[in-house]
Amino acid sequence: MARLRSPDFTASELQRNLSVVNALGVVTLIFGGTMAFPLAISWWLQDGATLAYDVAILVTCATGGIAWLATNRYRRELEVRDAFLLVVLVWTVLPAFATLPLLRAIDGLTFTDAYFETISGITTTGATVLTGLEQLPVSINVWRTQLVWMGGMGLIVLAVAVLPLLGVGGRQLFKAETPGPMKESKLTPRLAETAKGLWLVYALLSAACMLAYWLAGMKPLDAMMHMFATMGLGGFSSYDASYGEFDSVAIEVVAIVFMLAAGLNFATHFSAFRGHSLAPYRRDQEAKLFLIVTVGSGVGLAVYLWWLAVYPDLGTALRFAMFNTVSIATTTGFSSTDYAQWPMFAGLWMLFLSSFSTSAGSTGGGIKMVRAAILYQQVYREFVRILHPSAYTQVKFGGSVVPNAIVFAVLAFLFVYIAIIVSLTLVMVASGLDVLTAFSAVVACVNNTGPGLGEVGPSSNYQSLTDFQTWICTFAMLLGRLELFTLLIVFTPVFWRK
Amino acid sequence: MKIVILGAGQVGSTVAESLVSEANDITVVDLDGERLRHLADHLDLRTVEGNGAHPSILRAAGAEDADLILAVTQSDQTNMVACKLAATMFRVPTRIARIRSSDYLGHEEVFAPENFAIDVTICPEQIVTEYISKLIEFPESLQVVDFANGRVRLVAVKAFTGGPLVGRPLSEIRQHIPDVDSRVAAIFRHDAPLIPTGDTVIEHGDEVFFLAAKEHIRTVMRELRRMDRPVKRVMIAGGGNIGSRLALALESTYQVKLIEVNKRAGDRLSRELNSTLILIGDSTDEELLETEHVGEMDVFCALTNDDENNIMSSLLAKRMGARRVITLINRSAYVDLVHGGQIDIAISPANTTIGALLTHVRRGDCAAVHSLRRGAAEALEIIAHGDARSSKVVGKRVEDIGLPKGATIAAIVRRRVPLADDEIACAIGADDDVIIAHHDTVIEKNDHVIVFAVSKQLVPKIEKLFAVGVGFL
Repeated sequence: MARLRSPDFTASELQRNLSVVNALGVVTLIFGGTMAFPLAISWWLQDGATLAYDVAILVTCATGGIAWLATNRYRRELEVRDAFLLVVLVWTVLPAFATLPLLRAIDGLTFTDAYFETISGITTTGATVLTGLEQLPVSINVWRTQLVWMGGMGLIVLAVAVLPLLGVGGRQLFKAETPGPMKESKLTPRLAETAKGLWLVYALLSAACMLAYWLAGMKPLDAMMHMFATMGLGGFSSYDASYGEFDSVAIEVVAIVFMLAAGLNFATHFSAFRGHSLAPYRRDQEAKLFLIVTVGSGVGLAVYLWWLAVYPDLGTALRFAMFNTVSIATTTGFSSTDYAQWPMFAGLWMLFLSSFSTSAGSTGGGIKMVRAAILYQQVYREFVRILHPSAYTQVKFGGSVVPNAIVFAVLAFLFVYIAIIVSLTLVMVASGLDVLTAFSAVVACVNNTGPGLGEVGPSSNYQSLTDFQTWICTFAMLLGRLELFTLLIVFTPVFWRK
Repeated sequence: MKIVILGAGQVGSTVAESLVSEANDITVVDLDGERLRHLADHLDLRTVEGNGAHPSILRAAGAEDADLILAVTQSDQTNMVACKLAATMFRVPTRIARIRSSDYLGHEEVFAPENFAIDVTICPEQIVTEYISKLIEFPESLQVVDFANGRVRLVAVKAFTGGPLVGRPLSEIRQHIPDVDSRVAAIFRHDAPLIPTGDTVIEHGDEVFFLAAKEHIRTVMRELRRMDRPVKRVMIAGGGNIGSRLALALESTYQVKLIEVNKRAGDRLSRELNSTLILIGDSTDEELLETEHVGEMDVFCALTNDDENNIMSSLLAKRMGARRVITLINRSAYVDLVHGGQIDIAISPANTTIGALLTHVRRGDCAAVHSLRRGAAEALEIIAHGDARSSKVVGKRVEDIGLPKGATIAAIVRRRVPLADDEIACAIGADDDVIIAHHDTVIEKNDHVIVFAVSKQLVPKIEKLFAVGVGFL
């Protein structure tokens, strides 16, 4: 009997996986289409990279299209397990296709470095292995920053917004990709409407950001590229010196404002936009904490730097401290000066902020402010329990009770987060890096921040790492963007057990 | 007056009892026939069994010619629908509903005439909560009630040796605190009322009722007793409707601990409250009280639904060192039994809330009615209508008004801007004058007169005095 049933069973298992391939095919097809934008830029500017896209689009769309058509018969509703598999595949396969233009346009770029670069972009990390960004074809820089922008709101969210075919299974996909501990809140009754709404708000804010950059003195193309990187909190720039290139207070202020905006929950932006009121911001406890911590740290570090006479006057100190603190805390990764030259505390504090400051549902990385707040309250709760054995306490956030299940999930999340940082740091140290570089590179990658300290500090980049170390960082960035569990679950035996 | 009362629960029956004694025609409607029979057995009223939100039941209860409908069932929805029906189908002039959910209370427009048509909403739990909050704000007082929208307060306080005025004649108060105008409305010595004159000497143990502007309360109180240190720590036993509301009202100002026996309720409480420490356990459990340092509490409030439990936990808390204990007691027989002994203050929710209802039932135009001394005495804020010809009070000096013995005019609130002739509404604003009444104060038209009656029996006579004679209107 067992023998008879066994092939049957494998077939259905295969069919399930084929249905995932089917969905992946569609997403790849669309992703190939988005390369038309840098192609148009390239063709318009005649920057010499036109050919790179021709082939890339052809390969990507053809692969996606064939995968889709070939598996169309297996198309069906995705289940929870399939959703996780699809999300992981989307986030690993698409960046591979995205390397095609880079590989063709930049001589001597290895696949390892190119994949690192596209993963860095799409996970909104902003770490780079490229130097001489100014000499690259303009369209290549557009493509790099465009990846940040698309990855910021999420590839799946984008797919759900434009593709009705994902249907009910889309809800699982959405949850697997959206950052934050509480993913049940629906903004609209229909998921596709939610996805569209989020992208609409994202696009509107982006348009405002680009306009502001342009008014503040950037050239239109620069304004667009830096808008992409700002809104996605990615931190790619078209200049090696990042914002040091512009040396303009106005531009830095615009950047600060929009980095802070992108660090808020886009669901809050959406509610405010739909209701034409600012009330949702006032109600958003997480936003308050995020703004207080980030801006407060900026001011605090300014005073600290001024007091240590790093900068002669408080105004200059405030300008540099605020921009770099907001940039790192929101996990963007722009820099306007080499803050590695500041006293070590400043750099470490900024890196620390990046691990928890941004809001759930924003384009930032790290463990998110809401998780930090829940953890803090859980600790407080333990203290109360010791002092008052009969006390009944619950973790509350923003006026509502956080169910214990979520508190435990957050605790597990933090454990995995710390375990990942420790183990990856050890691997990096074992591979020959100094502790500061290894630790800061891992933290900056897991948090999707970008620049670390030491060899991977703001004045240098990840070019000096070996291939092995580069792959570790690539893995760390993906882990961070998919919030650990979505990626890790695919590697567990439970996932593949029937 | 013909009054229909919906709901024969605690509030409904207390109101019915109080109103029957004031010669009104009462009909009580309830779903529970047993409860109605019990009520009809010892009160002179009519009962109708059924759902008060059904037109047929309302008609059977005589809503067609009722002057007032009082919807005080457990359900907000029933009360609201009944008021709407009373307004549209039976044209009942005055509609009062008990609304407990703050979700409704937050939206005034829900009660507008074109919507649910409710003239007055009352929330007994809220009234009791405010009452206790004031007692905690003035921990030395026995009772604090508001008049003229809180501009004037009537405070009951026990005089103790150590207060500068104790052992001295009342007239000396002017020399003690020359800048503060206040008036002692009544003194109860060994539970017997005394009408104070300038020569009355306050003795240790007297229960003194005085009236003063809100900001002067503390100054006057300091004359009558040594002041305790202000309240910092409060423990509440019972996380029911009143307990949780009180904790919410207090938690931002004081350190609040709340004991609740039911774990499920603890879940609800932790949703509603923020900085209050919620303890799961029995409030009569000595060990729990000990570990939570009941002895260091400035105030202990026992607010569960169980009278016996409240009394026992209060006694326990008092013995373990709680500075002041406040106990909620539903059964009126118990209230007098325990008040003033080991238990500092016994509160009867029915007595506390009845005033809010009586305000709208009285024949005279009352702005506020407060039941005092656990229902024995009463203070009223009556509006003086008419003119010197039609009224027995307007244009007269206080000493010339023929008030019954035992009633005192304590204060007058006068509108700074005189009313236009066609204006009837008499709400008191923040800028109106508060005049502490003296023997030569002259009452004017539309004054809010605050009258203290040492006994409830005097109230109809006072109302009659303020009633406008034939010819007016």
